[in-house]
Parts: sequence; structure tokens; C-alpha cells
Amino acid sequence: MSPVRRKIQRLLVLFVFGCLALNFPLLALFSKSIYLFGFPLLYFYLFALWILFIICIAFVTEMKKLPRTSFPPLFTRKSK
Amino acid sequence: MLQEWVILLVSLCYLGTLFAIAYYADWKSDKGKSIISNPYIYTLSIAVYCTAWTFYGSVGRAAETGIGFMPIYLGPTLMAALWWFLLRKIIRIAKVYRITSIADFLASRYGKSSLIGGLVTIIAVVGIMPYISLQLKAVSTSYSVMLHYPDIAMIEQHRTSIWNDNAFSVAMIMAAFSILFGTRHIDATERHEGMVAAIAFESVVKLLAFSAVGVFITFVMFDGPIDLFDWVTRYPETMRLTELEVLPGGYTNWLTLTFLSMMAIMFLPRQFQVLVVENVNEEHVRKAAWLFPLYLLAINIFVLPIAFAGMLLFPEGLVAPDIFVLALPITENQNLLALFVYLGGLSAATGMVIVATIALSTMLCNDLVMPVLLRLLAIQQVDLSRVLLFIRRCSIVFVLLLGYLYYRLIGESYTLVTMGLVSFAAAAQFGPAILFGVFWKDASRRAAISGLSAGFLIWFYTLLLPSFARSGWIPLSFLEHGPFGIELLRPYQLFGLDMFDPITHAVFWSMLANVMLLVGVSLIDRQSTMDRIQASLFVDVYRHSGDTHLWKGKAMITELKNIVARFIGPQQAERAFVSYFRSHGIDFTKDMQADAELVEFAERLLSGAIGAASARVMVSSVVEGEEISPEGVMKIIDETSQVLEYSHQLEEKSIELEAATRELQEANRRLKELDRLKDEFVSTVSHELRTPLTSVRAFSEILHDNANMGQEERQKYLDIMVKETERLTRLINEVLDLAKIESGRADWFMENIDLTEVLREAVASTSQLFREKSIAVVEMVPTWPITVFADRDRIMQVAINLLSNAAKFSPSDEGTVMIRLYFKDREVRVEVADNGPGIHPDEQKKIFEKFKQITDLRNGKPKGTGLGLAICRRIIEYHNGNIWVESAPGQGSKFVFSLPD
Repeated sequence: MSPVRRKIQRLLVLFVFGCLALNFPLLALFSKSIYLFGFPLLYFYLFALWILFIICIAFVTEMKKLPRTSFPPLFTRKSK
Repeated sequence: MLQEWVILLVSLCYLGTLFAIAYYADWKSDKGKSIISNPYIYTLSIAVYCTAWTFYGSVGRAAETGIGFMPIYLGPTLMAALWWFLLRKIIRIAKVYRITSIADFLASRYGKSSLIGGLVTIIAVVGIMPYISLQLKAVSTSYSVMLHYPDIAMIEQHRTSIWNDNAFSVAMIMAAFSILFGTRHIDATERHEGMVAAIAFESVVKLLAFSAVGVFITFVMFDGPIDLFDWVTRYPETMRLTELEVLPGGYTNWLTLTFLSMMAIMFLPRQFQVLVVENVNEEHVRKAAWLFPLYLLAINIFVLPIAFAGMLLFPEGLVAPDIFVLALPITENQNLLALFVYLGGLSAATGMVIVATIALSTMLCNDLVMPVLLRLLAIQQVDLSRVLLFIRRCSIVFVLLLGYLYYRLIGESYTLVTMGLVSFAAAAQFGPAILFGVFWKDASRRAAISGLSAGFLIWFYTLLLPSFARSGWIPLSFLEHGPFGIELLRPYQLFGLDMFDPITHAVFWSMLANVMLLVGVSLIDRQSTMDRIQASLFVDVYRHSGDTHLWKGKAMITELKNIVARFIGPQQAERAFVSYFRSHGIDFTKDMQADAELVEFAERLLSGAIGAASARVMVSSVVEGEEISPEGVMKIIDETSQVLEYSHQLEEKSIELEAATRELQEANRRLKELDRLKDEFVSTVSHELRTPLTSVRAFSEILHDNANMGQEERQKYLDIMVKETERLTRLINEVLDLAKIESGRADWFMENIDLTEVLREAVASTSQLFREKSIAVVEMVPTWPITVFADRDRIMQVAINLLSNAAKFSPSDEGTVMIRLYFKDREVRVEVADNGPGIHPDEQKKIFEKFKQITDLRNGKPKGTGLGLAICRRIIEYHNGNIWVESAPGQGSKFVFSLPD
């Protein structure tokens, strides 16, 4: 599997996991009046998951440096 | 309380600062030093997503629904995971085809159809209207709060008439700003570096302001978050917000909002503008994909604390939750902090309005007004860049007036978030057409038109019209009993679907119709060639990336340049063409005809300024003849060509493989042959050695056994034995010599020698042989010296060998041997000719091989060792010369060797 395909597949899986974790029914498991370190469980879960998800994106996108690609602009403002 | 003039002055100073930043960025960019070309500014510019809705509305929504504000930020976070390949692909497409708005993107994708461009523009303008009015409401409310708080009645009273209404002034000031930022001149890059720098700055200000008030409330007014949440648990009003049950619409609504925000972050016109159009380098997406969610997280951390603090401090419900952010610091007499917060809110609102109006004005101009203008009027010889600017400026004012109108008509009856969500639902309509469009070639133009229109109409009917009804502009019975009393068509319970909240309901029906029609019509539709070309160019953008040329007809370079100059101005056109000529090595003083690539270049330059559909029309007007080349079409749309190419490559590979196999087989065959020759050589050598050995042994045994043999006979036998041993010695010497030469271990003494002298000496040393057989020797050697670079002894060896061979084969008495030295074909040639029996053509090649002797045609007995000529050949070849024989049976033979001059 090419590194690009591998990266795309990892991101897709990450996306699907994120969607599942942030929706019914998994979310309902945390909607209880329990407090964790003084914070409501639901808030704690959502923010923790949010941070974790960002770390995962950063990890996957930055982990393996693929060859840089960019398309040169048709026209630049700088006069040569 | 702050004086009104202080607030006004600070606001204007802030806007001035913004303008200075934008001006500085533009100035830098003109000098070729872009200050926005890094992933951090890119991320901050994407944060234009956080508008007044986030700044004021999130707290309002949190105060009503707890975590109900979060899906709006979780959606983009989830979506950011897909940016690395989804957004990058869209950016690449936009860069390759110079797409400047979401309308242009869709028009380009679906056959450069101006119908789609216009449709998308209308959806965008109508759809964003509530969103802009939201910003106006937020700014005007925050201004009133700053001025009159805590006098709630005064805040309400402040917007009774249009003259007393600051929202109108806000709208006009913002219009002026957008015009200054986005439409000072037509820029051929179609990017607004100054604007991006300004909104990046605004993103920093709003984050700092919101965090400042958050820290103040959490850590100064309360003893940190734990203390705050301790208070929260004491009241049922706040306590109930810690669970999901308070969410109106429950999990369905949560899911809908997540989906809507996922669509909004990509397809809101202003998000498309900053994400795609203003992107400098697609590599920046990599960092932005996690930095932007981080920004969202940072700006949302204090939403819940502020909401709870507001609820705890204003339990009587007199202060609207939407203004908690501002009301809390004012209540605590923190005027400076309040001013900073007010500036943060102003940042959030102005950022959104500036980008949105610029994006919408580009769309209105390129995809709605220009196509009509170009078709209706034959405005041929005018500089249209001024017209373009004028249209864009008018569009900005128009869009803001529309927003203001909506605010006047509807604004009072909705919260900030509800107004924003209506816009989100409109932007989501673009989602299917774009997502299917960049991954699925069969999505067709008619399908996109039907999907978009159906989705838009349902959105209009189920979300926008009801908002007018709820504000009293349409009878409320429209909502409760449906139009004309038809219950089935009630806008909030279309076809009797009554289990969803209005937003979910509208999103469900509109997306259902949108996607079903897009997919369904695509499956039964037949695409035109143009549609299929554009579809392939978009889906396979990484494969084409601008190197496929469609245009075939002829165009004059000057005409092309003129037409581009009319839209982007003569100077920019001149510069663009000159840099193109330079990079493609075209001498424009000589070349008059534009090639396909140049025509394409001109079309792309134009499409940046007036949109893809209009650009195509304009370029067609100067290109004569067939406009599309069949080869180009085939190359792009024919998927089988890819397969063919692949199989062609396979074929080439297998041909290469076959060639390699053949070479290997050949080498193997040669090796085997060499091996066989070696064996043959060894057995021949042994055989050749055995013959003289046997005879020596036979004669010595005779001598040994017959002691009383006569002296004369004994002498005769001994003579034979001496001759045989001599032959043995010669044979062994020659074998060794040959082996030495062949293995490359022979010593060569190369020097400049006089070839005539060598030949004379050779003749002299073989004269005895000729005399014995009375053979005449004719020397035809020049009298002057002929110099060659060679090993003297070896050449002598060759000459003697040839001469002695000639002596051997020439008939006694009447034999004549001629030795000649001459020049031919830039070579020195030495020729030894005899008048012997000659050599059969079959044998002429063989005689230079080892142990291949010519059977004497007269007595059938070989003479010599059979190695002499083989050695000669090796020696001559070492000197880069040739040796061969010319002969025919009965005609004598002529041995020739040549040496390079």
C-alpha cells in the first residue's frame, strides 16, 4: 500500500471513529450526573475526546513526511 | 459607564488598524514578500468561521441547552481529519483552473455552465442573508449594551426607527470596509493578501478577548472552574444543563448540527474563500488540519463557565444570555475589559462580513452579472476592469443591504444561533454537488441543477418562509395549518413528518431531495462531451494538472492579450504574458499564432477575473475554427486510454525482457562455444605434441634395440629425431606465445618504427627458404621510410610468418612471391602474394583459427604447426589492424594485413 493511500485510510478511520464517539449511543453513556475532578462527566468526556482527536490528526498528518506537492500559481504579484 | 464617543473612537481606531495591516500586507506582497504564506496565518484566517455567533451566541446557546453549542465546533474538528486529502484536492482543482468562488467551482465542474454558476450564486446570497443579519444584530446589540447597560429598557428602545438604528450605520461602515479590502483593484492573482492578514489579526483579537473575559470570570469572579461547577450543582436550573436531556431535539438535533457544521466549514462561501481561494500553498493544509481544531477548542473552553456565571448572576432572566459575555464585565465595573470584549465581538463580526461579502460579490459579479452582460451587450472595445470593480462594489453594498433588510424584518424574533443555522442549512446544499463532483465522474450537469434547485426550494420553504411567518409578515396559519389549509404541506411538518425539530426537519428533506436527484438523474442522464471533459479534469486533477490542451483552433497572440487586458488591465496582462513567454521560450516578436497552451493560459487568466463560463465565451470569440481538439478530448475522457497506456507499458517491458533473455542466451552460447574451443585446443595441442613425440620415441627405440645398425642408417634416424624435437620445441614456443597474447600477459614494446626496414629485414631473414626452392621474391617496398606505431619484433614475426608460408606453398623453380607495401583507405597495407595452389573459399576464414591447417592440395600433408596465422591475427588485432586473405583455388593466394596510419 502506498504511503499516501495508507495516510488517507488512517484519516478516514479516524473520522469514522470520531463520528461514532461523538454521537448517540456512545455519547448517552456519559450523560450522567457524575463528577470527575469536579467537572461534570459529560463535559469531561467531550473535551478530553476533543483534545485526543486533535492529537490523533496531528499525529497522522505530521507523522510521515510525504513528498511536498504544490501547484505553482499561474500569476504572481511579484514582478521579476 | 463609557462615553459614546470613546466607544466610537475605539471602534474606528480598531477598524483603522485593520486597514493598516491589510495595506501593509498588500504592500509586502507587491514586493514579493508574502507575510501570509505560512500555515499559521492560514489557520487564523480559517478561524473566520468563529463569528459573532461564536463570540456571543455560543454562551447564549450554552445557557439554554448546556453542551448544545458544541456540535458547531465538533463538526469542523471531525471534518479537519479529512482535509489532508479532501481539501487538498479541492485546492489543487481551484489552483489549476483558477477558480475564485464556490459558484465558479460548481459551474466549472459541471460543463462550465453559467446556469449552475447563477443558481449557486442565488442560493449563496439568499442563504447567507440571515448570517450577515446575525452579525449586524450582534454588533448593534453589543454597541447598545456598551452604551446603556444596565438599563435594559434603553437597549430595547434603541432600535425603533431606521435613523436611530445603529445596525444600518454598522452595515454601511462594513460595506465601505469590504470595498476597501476586496475591490481596490482587479488583482490578477485573485487573492486578497491584505484581507487575509487583517482577518488573521482579527482571529487573534477575538480569541484573546474571549479568553480574557473567560479567565476573569472563572478565576477572579469565581475561585477557578471547580468552585464554579460547585455552584452549578446547587441549583436545579444550572444543574440540568450538565446532561444531554436538555438538548431540544435530542440526539437527532445533535447529529444534524454536527453534520451541518461539517458542511459549513467547507462550503460556506466565506470558508471556501479562505480555505481554497486565499490558500497560498496546499502544503499549509497539513498543519491547519490540527491547528484549526485547536483554535476551536481554545475559543470554546470558557463558553460553559461564562454561561453558568451569567445564569448564577442574573437568575431573574432579565439579561439575554446572548449578551452575558459583555454584561458580566460591565456589572463588575471592568470597563476596559468590557471594551476589549466589545472589540473582540466586533472583530468576529467584521471578519465574517468582510470575507463573506467579498466572496459573494465575486460570485455575483462573475457568475450572475457578467454572463448576462457579456451576452446582452456587445461591449467590445472598453476597458472592462473598471466595470468589474463597479459591479463588485455594488454587489457588496447589495449583499449588506439584504442582510440589513432581513435583520429589520426577522431579527427580533430569533436568537443568534437559530439565525446562523438557517444559513448553515443553505450552505449544506452545496455539499453533495461538490463532494460527488470531485470523486464521481458521472455526476452530471442536469443532476447537479436538479439537486441544487430542489434542495434550495425545500430549504426556502421549510426554513426561510417560516421565519417570515414567525415574524408576522406571513399569516401564522401558514405554519400551523399549511398553505391554503393543506395540512400535508405544513412547512415544519412536511408530508406529515412531525418527529423532528425544524432544523433537522429541513435538513432531512432538503438533503434527501438534493442527494437523491443528484445521484438518480446522473444515473439516467447522458453527459455532453464538454461535461465529461470537465468531470474528468476535476476528478483526475492530479493526473492532468494543467498539461492537457483542449483548444485546437487558431488565435492571434495580440488578440488574446487584448482580450485579457480588457478585464485585468493592460499592465497586468502585459506582465502575465511576458512572464509566460519567458518561461516557455517564445519570441513574441516573431510568433504571431498562439498555441493551444497559450490559449489555455489566457482562458485561465480570464476565468480568475470573470469566471470559467464567461472566460470560455470570451476566448471562443477570438479563437477561429474548431475549438476542441479530438486528441485532447480523447486523452482526458477516455478511461480506456489509461488502460491502453498501461498495457502498452507492459508490452514494452516484456519486449525489454525478451531482449535481455536473448542476450543472455547468446552470451551463454558464446561461453559454451569458448568452453568447447578450449577443450578442442587442449586436445589438439596434446595431439600435435604426441605426433613428434611418438616419432622420436619410435626412432630412439629402433636405435636402442638395434645396436649393430649401420652408421649411415643410424645417422639418418638421428637426423629425423633432431628435426622432430625441433618441431616440438617450436610448437611449444608457439603455444606459449599464443597463450601469452590471448591472456593479455604479453609484453608489447610500442614505438615508432620504419615499416619498410622491418619488411626488408624479414625478406632477408627468409631468403634462405626461397633460395632452397628457387623461388623468386619481388619486393615492392617504397624507398623512403614509412613510420607506424607498433611493436617491431611482433610485426617482424608476422611478416616472416607470411613469407615462410608463401615459401612453403609456392611451387619450386617457377614460384614467385611478391611483397608489397602501399596505402589504401587511410591504412598502411602489407601484401604477401604467392602463385601457389590457392585456398578454397570455405577455408579462407578458418585458416586464422588455431590448429586449422590447410591440407596441401598436392601431397595432402599439413605443413607447420597450425598456430602461425592465429598468432599473426592476434598481433595485428592488437595493433588495431586487420588481416585477411584473398584467394581462389589455382590462382595463388594473397595475404594482406593493414595497420592504421
